[in-house]
Amino acid sequence: MAENESTADAGRDGDTASTGNSKAIASAFADGPAYIPYLAVGDPDYDASLAYVEALDRGGADIIELGLPFSEPIAEGPTIQGAVVRALEGGMTPDRFFAFVEELDVDAPLVCMTYYNLIYQYGEGEGPRPFVERAAAAGIEGFVVPDLPAEEADPLREACDEFGLDLVFIVAPTTAGERLERIMEHVSGYVYVQARLGTTGAKSDVSDQTTESLARIREYDVPKAVGFGISTGEHAERIVAGGADGVIVGSALVDIVAAGHEEDRATDEVAGELTALSRELKAGAERGYAARTTDGDAEASAEPASPGESR
Amino acid sequence: MSETDTTETRNRWGRPGRERGRTDGKFGRYGGQYVPEALMPAIEELTDAYERYVLDNEDGFMDEFRERLADFGGRPTPLQRADRLSERYDREIYLKREDLLHGGAHKLNNALGQVLLAKYMGKERIIAETGAGQHGTATAMAAAHLDMPCTVYMGERDINRQRPNVFRMKLNGSDVKPVTAGRGTLKEAISETMRDWAATVEDTHYVIGSVVGPHPFPVMVRDFHAAISEEAREQSIEATGRLPTDVIACAGGGSNTMGSFTAFVDDESVALHAVEAGGSTLEVDEEAGVAPNSASLFAGGEGVLHGARTKLLQDSHGQIMESHSISSGLDYAGVGPELAYLVDEGRVNPVAVDDDAALEGFHRLSRTEGIIPALETAHAFGFLEEHAEELRDRVIVTVSGRGDKDLDAAIEETDKRDIEGAPDMSMFTGGL
Repeated sequence: MAENESTADAGRDGDTASTGNSKAIASAFADGPAYIPYLAVGDPDYDASLAYVEALDRGGADIIELGLPFSEPIAEGPTIQGAVVRALEGGMTPDRFFAFVEELDVDAPLVCMTYYNLIYQYGEGEGPRPFVERAAAAGIEGFVVPDLPAEEADPLREACDEFGLDLVFIVAPTTAGERLERIMEHVSGYVYVQARLGTTGAKSDVSDQTTESLARIREYDVPKAVGFGISTGEHAERIVAGGADGVIVGSALVDIVAAGHEEDRATDEVAGELTALSRELKAGAERGYAARTTDGDAEASAEPASPGESR
Repeated sequence: MSETDTTETRNRWGRPGRERGRTDGKFGRYGGQYVPEALMPAIEELTDAYERYVLDNEDGFMDEFRERLADFGGRPTPLQRADRLSERYDREIYLKREDLLHGGAHKLNNALGQVLLAKYMGKERIIAETGAGQHGTATAMAAAHLDMPCTVYMGERDINRQRPNVFRMKLNGSDVKPVTAGRGTLKEAISETMRDWAATVEDTHYVIGSVVGPHPFPVMVRDFHAAISEEAREQSIEATGRLPTDVIACAGGGSNTMGSFTAFVDDESVALHAVEAGGSTLEVDEEAGVAPNSASLFAGGEGVLHGARTKLLQDSHGQIMESHSISSGLDYAGVGPELAYLVDEGRVNPVAVDDDAALEGFHRLSRTEGIIPALETAHAFGFLEEHAEELRDRVIVTVSGRGDKDLDAAIEETDKRDIEGAPDMSMFTGGL
């Protein structure tokens, strides 16, 4: 691992290299595919949420995306919207979120996923810097901000650079040309490849839009993590075999939390299910990676040998 | 500036003040495009269509738009002298009668413009959000008129408050989808419509209902509503040989406000008053996340909501508050970014009128002028009553809509209060 402060290079023997700030995030992609689960912090309450996030870590998470709930989650589908509502009703605030992050006992680096207004409003003075400073102090390594386009991202990116955090951007199936270039100039850590159009949510098929999206950004030197609609180990396997450096899973995990809440089940039991699904997803991702490397042609395998047409 | 020749309409379209925001969607620090990446290509496509069809009149788009606004919509609407109010306030009071536009509110200007634009863009489906149902009904009318399938998202609570408008949308062939999230009002409906759009951008156009959202919506919606102030300006000069001294318009998201102000922004002698819903009080309940008003210009702070940086009602953490107003059409926690800018610049005077004063205004206009206004509009007349002494001698008030849709709410709210000159409504409470 050859790394320095300004441009931590994942140094993966000519494979995907990170241009990011966070060494921890770069390392997460350094030796195999990254399994990146998401949960909304505080869903359904603070203590249970703590146990659930730690369960993801036990299940092999390489990076964990922690949702800081915002009242208008315009990029989320009904599943994560439900999580956000439960977390807000449970009293989650940015300061409680940071306390949560500080209390959390996990190995995986943490990425905060939230909307720009919460970042912008935090603390004294104007702009995103106070939020980023506080997040860095709490141990956050990066951000995903779905309603912040690259065009408006300079202040946040500057603050991230100052505190050594990454700023992850989402690339949609419709992103191309100048927009794609602009995003790729601003992205650090990893790029979040949106597998299909629409908002977040578990779907049974993994669109071949993913394959096209991966092909479009193959030349960019940053890890590519695919999200939206991944809910099984088999999905993860196919996505990674198709050239992804990581898989992001949110709704399938939130579904477990939601069911546990509705059925009033014990926290340990729900946490056990989260760990089990995490292990399945992680194992699937590793199988996909192994298939890719035994092909001896990892870089060129953006078109997987077994895409999802048959499903 | 005494251009009264209607053939100059097109030249005025390009007046300098109208250039604000057109190229980059920025109004000082406000505006922008804060949307999920999946929507950006649609936003860029729309920006391109706006520039070509609206600004450059490609394929005669603006000609067809104006023709349809006249034939289908009934433009121009009159500028009428309000005799009793003029006497009451000892000033010349003129009413810009948008309540006489087809559908009974100013909303058709924008809905017709956007549905027609969607057709020019080759889109096959229309989606829209609605609060009071005014934008939804206008969009449903325009969609039926232009033969486009249309789905309208409406908060469940608003559906219950505005049943006649739900029927109207359905009569025009639109599908009305209830939104149950949050308190079931406009901001939840906007979020839900954005979600639909994120999944369907390729063949669907989102007809946003106000001068809010990401660029190009604020400028485009303003331009479609600009006929209100263009006509009023010309009509004022024609009738009196002068510009008005004051223009008053109610403000929720700000479409009526910007439509009423746009042609006057460069006329520095004309004072512009944006009247927001002060609700029951301007105090906020931080604990409950509720602002019992919708006064985002008057009482809100800067933030990012629904695609734009603007002024909005939020708690100390930046969570968006539930707004409240007696009129669901003003019940929105944000406001158009251009209005936020014009307020900061000192060009627009933001004022808040509470539920009581609005209801009194509703009765006063009904009784004295024979015009039953929308409860949104009634706020402007509440302001007139409270601040007439501060206004100069020639005042235009935009009657943004008629009040038929609000009769149930007006009867119920009147019954709770002791309003001078109001009829006894007790026999009607419980619904017409």
